[in-house]
Amino acid sequence: MTMLDQLLNFAPKIPIAEATKSTTEWITDTFSFLFKPIKQYFGDFMEVSSDILMSVPPIIIILVVAVIAFFISGKRFGLAAFSIVGLWLIYNQGLWDHLIYTFTLVLISSLLSILVGVPVGIMMSKSKTAEAIITPVLDFMQTMPAFVYLIPAVAFFGIGMVPGVFASFIFATPPTVRFTNLGIRQVSKELVEASEAFGSTGAQKLFKVELPMAKATIMAGINQTVMLALSMVVIASMIGAKGLGREVLSALQRAEVGSGFVAGLGIVILAIVIDRFTQSMNKKKAS
Amino acid sequence: MPLIEVKELSKIFGKQIKQAKQLLDEGSTKSEILKETGCTVGVSRASFSVEAGEIFVIMGLSGSGKSTLIRLINRLIEPTEGNILIDGEDLSNMDKKALRKTRREKLGMVFQRFALFPHRTILENAEFGLEIQNIAKEERSKRAKEALEMVGLGGYLHQKPSQLSGGMQQRVGLARALANDPEVLLMDEAFSALDPLIRKEMQDELIDLQAKMKKTILFITHDLDEALRLGDRIALMRDGSIVQIGTPEEILVSPANDYVEKFVEDVDRSKILTAQNIMKRPETINIDRHGPRVALERMREEGLSSILVVNGNRDLQGYVTADDALDAIKKENSDLRDILRTDIQRVEKDTTMNDIFNIIYDSPIPVAVVEGNRLDGIIVRGAVIAGLAKDGEVSFDNA
Repeated sequence: MTMLDQLLNFAPKIPIAEATKSTTEWITDTFSFLFKPIKQYFGDFMEVSSDILMSVPPIIIILVVAVIAFFISGKRFGLAAFSIVGLWLIYNQGLWDHLIYTFTLVLISSLLSILVGVPVGIMMSKSKTAEAIITPVLDFMQTMPAFVYLIPAVAFFGIGMVPGVFASFIFATPPTVRFTNLGIRQVSKELVEASEAFGSTGAQKLFKVELPMAKATIMAGINQTVMLALSMVVIASMIGAKGLGREVLSALQRAEVGSGFVAGLGIVILAIVIDRFTQSMNKKKAS
Repeated sequence: MPLIEVKELSKIFGKQIKQAKQLLDEGSTKSEILKETGCTVGVSRASFSVEAGEIFVIMGLSGSGKSTLIRLINRLIEPTEGNILIDGEDLSNMDKKALRKTRREKLGMVFQRFALFPHRTILENAEFGLEIQNIAKEERSKRAKEALEMVGLGGYLHQKPSQLSGGMQQRVGLARALANDPEVLLMDEAFSALDPLIRKEMQDELIDLQAKMKKTILFITHDLDEALRLGDRIALMRDGSIVQIGTPEEILVSPANDYVEKFVEDVDRSKILTAQNIMKRPETINIDRHGPRVALERMREEGLSSILVVNGNRDLQGYVTADDALDAIKKENSDLRDILRTDIQRVEKDTTMNDIFNIIYDSPIPVAVVEGNRLDGIIVRGAVIAGLAKDGEVSFDNA
């Protein structure tokens, strides 16, 4: 028995945790000149964005959302009616400001994910090597428990909205990358050949043929990304991100089932509205 | 100088290209190379040239390398070795920019499954080749509209491809290729996805368009009937190699090897073979020099019941029968003109057997093949049947 144990003990414990720690510390120290202004300006930017949205009377936001919902769902009333009732309910429960913070967090981190994810996906679709390298990285990003990202996020950006965006960016970007790659690879070979046979440059092929053809798939990926970003709001609240997530968290800490349910319901309503919005945009463009 | 010249063009797919190339040069076959190196020979040292204004058909069964070959010509697939000259310019060592320019200006392509862009309207599809050359909107839509008019789709500008039938979609594909006004049209099984009636219609239209526009067309097909209808010349491919190049008649009448022969044996010969292919050298007598006795003697020698009569220029005058000649001899009449019959059926050299059938059916005497008035040959009934019944197989499909 001891002999067998010794077989496994041929090497001392590999200091992965220590290495990670020192690497993170090194990054924090070395790039603090970068992280500080990001935290500063980006944080300010998010505060200002939230403040602007909050300065708009809720009734106007609700109506605007309802009107947009009416048009993007093909002039049907279902989504518009749901938006009005749902958003009003959140207002009614006194969660309006939290809703705005959550929405800002989701919006900004999703935009960031799309901004980075789509180009990375394109790169992946164009190169087998890139695909071979990026795929395991994406798997890692998605399977590592999301809480783990909070630790370096705090190290880099302190607490608040910015590390929240950072953590949800890492957690939510993979679907956009994957679906962009998939969408472009799925474009029929003959269409790609057609665009090449007429003398397209690489960029013309991408923008005139591949991206338009892959749009529906990419939009499906973006929808996933937005949903994942939303699922991060509760986790991000643990490092000080404001919003509905913080309400859920504090209800959890105080074991208040009622207010926890209400805040959770707010997230559900927001999720449904955002999901239907992104899906309708996709359907409209695809048809 | 030919417009397209392809020299020793090869494509090998796989990893051990170098080794495979060497084996190919040593004359190994496709299957030997596959066994030896794991490489697939797509096209093996194909050489041919196409004259301006010609329809050159490349035909072969699936897997024969014909689709690879056409893609080598505009370098959608990079050749392993060999040269492609268009207008004297070698595409095979052009840089990307020059290649793009050649593709834009000289080469149009039409695809088997149309390859229309589903997110664009018909007009936008036809405009595509011009759009990527950054031609101004007005100019390109004018030229695209002209191309669509030409293929008979002027009224569908703002529909999406999915709203059109297959035949119409391929017209759009053709218009898209024509809008650039390229010298060369590469057509990859362009009509194979269409149903037979539409296909025939499109073939006719292509021939009409070709007559009007004088494009040089490289047409890929697996359908021999289509090849024979369209091709000025046909190249037959097998296992990546070209086994025979020739006019439709040459391919049918003198197949280069068993493979070609096998390929062509199912063809409905009556539509392809012409009078020229089945005529015989005629036995004749000269109206100015010969009399009934000579006529009768010649008929006896050849075992004929009638003989054609010509003058000194070999212009066909008519024929005399053995019975009439015998009568004339008994009556001591020595002028052939008195017994000359002129009710002989005449056909031109390029009359198809299909038409000869109807003529010879109720003609007791052979049919004369003439060029103007000059006699070139005769067709006897037996030859028609023999022409159709190559290798003992008779096909009377369209007789």
